[in-house]
Amino acid sequence: MDSIKLYFKYFRFNIESQLQYKTSFIMMSIGHFLITFIEFLGVWVLFERFGNIQGFIFEEAALFYGIVHMAFAITEGWTRGFDTFPKLVRLGDFDRILLRPRTTVLQILGHDIQMMRIGRFMQGLVVLIWAIFKLNIEWTLGKTLLLIGSIIGGNFLFSGLIVLQATLSFWSVQSLEIVNSFTYGGVQAAQYPISIYKPWFRKILIYIIPLATVNYFPAMTILGKSDLLSFSKWIGWFSPLFGILFFIFSLSIWRIGVKHYTSTGS
Amino acid sequence: MIIEANELSKRYKMPKRKPGIVGGLKNIFHKEYEEIIALDKICFEVKEGELVGYIGPNGAGKSTTIKILSGILTPDSGECRVLGKVPYKERIDYVKDIGVVFGQRTQLWWDLPVIDSFELLKDIYKIPLGDYLKIKKELITWLDLESFINTPVRQLSLGQKMRCELAASLLHSPKILFLDEPTIGLDAISKLSVREFIKKLNKERGVTVILTTHDMDDIESLCNRVIVIGKGKILLDGSLQSLRNTVSKDRRLILDYDGGNGGISILGATPISKENNRLVIDFNPDIITPADLITTLSTQYKIKDILIENPAIEEIIAKLYGEFNI
Amino acid sequence: MKAFISIIRIRFNLLLQYRIAAIAGGVTQFFFGMIMIMVLYGFYSSSDGEMPMSYQSAITYIWMGQAMLGMLPWNGDMEIQNLIRTGNVSYELLRPMNLYNYWFARAFALRTAPTLLKSIPIFIIALLLPSDYKMHLPPNVSSFIAWILTTFGALMISCTITNIINITTLYSISGDGIQRLLSSIVTIFSGMVVPLPLFPEKLKQILSYLPFSGLVDIPTRFFTGEIAFNQLLGYFCFQCLWAVLLYILGQWILNRKIKDLIVQGG
Repeated sequence: MDSIKLYFKYFRFNIESQLQYKTSFIMMSIGHFLITFIEFLGVWVLFERFGNIQGFIFEEAALFYGIVHMAFAITEGWTRGFDTFPKLVRLGDFDRILLRPRTTVLQILGHDIQMMRIGRFMQGLVVLIWAIFKLNIEWTLGKTLLLIGSIIGGNFLFSGLIVLQATLSFWSVQSLEIVNSFTYGGVQAAQYPISIYKPWFRKILIYIIPLATVNYFPAMTILGKSDLLSFSKWIGWFSPLFGILFFIFSLSIWRIGVKHYTSTGS
Repeated sequence: MIIEANELSKRYKMPKRKPGIVGGLKNIFHKEYEEIIALDKICFEVKEGELVGYIGPNGAGKSTTIKILSGILTPDSGECRVLGKVPYKERIDYVKDIGVVFGQRTQLWWDLPVIDSFELLKDIYKIPLGDYLKIKKELITWLDLESFINTPVRQLSLGQKMRCELAASLLHSPKILFLDEPTIGLDAISKLSVREFIKKLNKERGVTVILTTHDMDDIESLCNRVIVIGKGKILLDGSLQSLRNTVSKDRRLILDYDGGNGGISILGATPISKENNRLVIDFNPDIITPADLITTLSTQYKIKDILIENPAIEEIIAKLYGEFNI
Repeated sequence: MKAFISIIRIRFNLLLQYRIAAIAGGVTQFFFGMIMIMVLYGFYSSSDGEMPMSYQSAITYIWMGQAMLGMLPWNGDMEIQNLIRTGNVSYELLRPMNLYNYWFARAFALRTAPTLLKSIPIFIIALLLPSDYKMHLPPNVSSFIAWILTTFGALMISCTITNIINITTLYSISGDGIQRLLSSIVTIFSGMVVPLPLFPEKLKQILSYLPFSGLVDIPTRFFTGEIAFNQLLGYFCFQCLWAVLLYILGQWILNRKIKDLIVQGG
């Protein structure tokens, strides 16, 4: 309870300090909004040319796209402290964090909360709403909750990846960009239904970086499509929980990293 | 004893850098390490209410010690207890009772008024509102922060910032304060006010202070005890005077003159340099008093200005090194 | 010319110091290339219609884009932009050479050195991949020669655009958002995201007149043999024309700005 109160104070101060540079803040937010639109233009071009991808039409792909980008926008906003973690170590801010009677995770999250990712979030939302209007989905309370759940689950999954990436930097800073490409590459890959990929790549997205659990399975359930790659059709209803499990798993790896840091001091 | 350090040792592994493109490629796949001994069985104790200067050249192991004592780093062997706790084992529970100031880093929120950082610390340390208001008021008066408490940190001078840092690390009423180079980069007046404050804090509040610094004046005006560390070992632990006496009692006379000449053969005085109408002499006050020395010199030179100083800390330590053959 | 060469030499040395970052960057580009190709595979296998570009050429196109990413004008020269932000750019005016040409030389170094280092391993790996992901060599020597020449043309366009990005920093210091937007426009309209031949016909026509098509699209289509060798002169002139136009434009804005700076006293 107390930690939540502290997090909201961090949140408030982050907004206040970012609003000190109002013009830059607004420009960046608009920039992010437009940039993601240009990315989306790439998807549109391909559907214009090919019509469909493995039976999925543009509007259906837009649903996948919206869910992934909204989830990732939230991640970028609240886990920025982990994303830039090597800098935190280099500047000694992480030592400062260790000197305070709070968990490292809470303090790193609070250290930097990026509001301008609202640009990507809004773009994802616009695409998602457009897709919902275009598609004839029979909405039920369950499906609505599942949609929200898959965005939240996706957020936790991406956040877990970012935490793992930060953890790795306790051992090697130089390989970071590679891990970073898994995160961004994951966003790219999950923009499309994973069934379009070759089986070996699908397996990666189901078992290793389980993006399918927060995107493909729930989105297929929402679309009312029953072909879930030989998985039970019930999986879509609870698979977003894997995102949260993945995040909890990352946090336990993180703790090992912190222990390593305090015992080597490097 | 508020701090007990018993045979603390710490080694680091440093990757060896190989030169050239081939070396660089080799580095990626196979790294070789070099071991550096940062601390070698360090032992010392600190009583409650002491103000201890912890000095030594860069890389001597100062910051490693501070990191272990403040719970950031686990030693390879040996143990330490601070306030009855093992810092690196009970981090969250332990750090509630200590304060740390790093001279070159800030814990304040760069773009926000100072007071906002205080508010945040209040929640981080779970300070009860009543206590917080009382302590905040005291610190603002003591450190004279009133005029810039609502200014964003980025607009403050270094001196103002350091005063705020001190306040920020004391809001939770720690029993021990670790200060790492608290006067580095400050102007003369700010240095004085920071020192005054530390002294007052130690005397009136009984806060135990561990101070690392390169500034001899900090040590001289604050500490009644110094611990000198070099290459991971404690070279000396005692009063400032005992440090001087162990190494050399020499003091230094710098004399600017307008005219005059002659060789200097005064017992107890060694000329160091003589150029551009400036004479530098080291002398031992036990053999010749400064007054006698100046009287003797005034017969030979038309004196314009005189300055007597203690040898710089680096010189004392260099001599100490010579003595310990390190 | 001597100064020019020494700028390039310094840049190379600097780059070799950061070789690990360069390798990491290469791995990232490889990873992204793979995802793009798998998406394209999904699209190509969903449609029976005649496409303006074969799957094989499309893969080669993607690998070419990834390998040559460093050559694209997707950012400005960090050092120059920092000089401008800190106001130290006035000292640059004191240099005994034309400021635009000096910046141009730096841009040339910025665009060639990292690209040479990164592209070769990407080419080698891409050529050795299994057939579904494999890059193909040019059908004949003349295609290869045409590729070399038009790549040089692309480099010229790239350097002039880089310089314009540098110069815009002089106008709006907080224009970070605009610059990112510019970079994403360059990426999509050059064919980096989706090969230009796959764009809708009308859009394709417009894009073919813009300078961005000279960056990736023209050299690559010579490489795959889609454009015949006898059209080399026309396309190369097109690139040169844009390079000259952008060169004059850049010189002109910079000189105007310098005059302003001198009048205001810097």
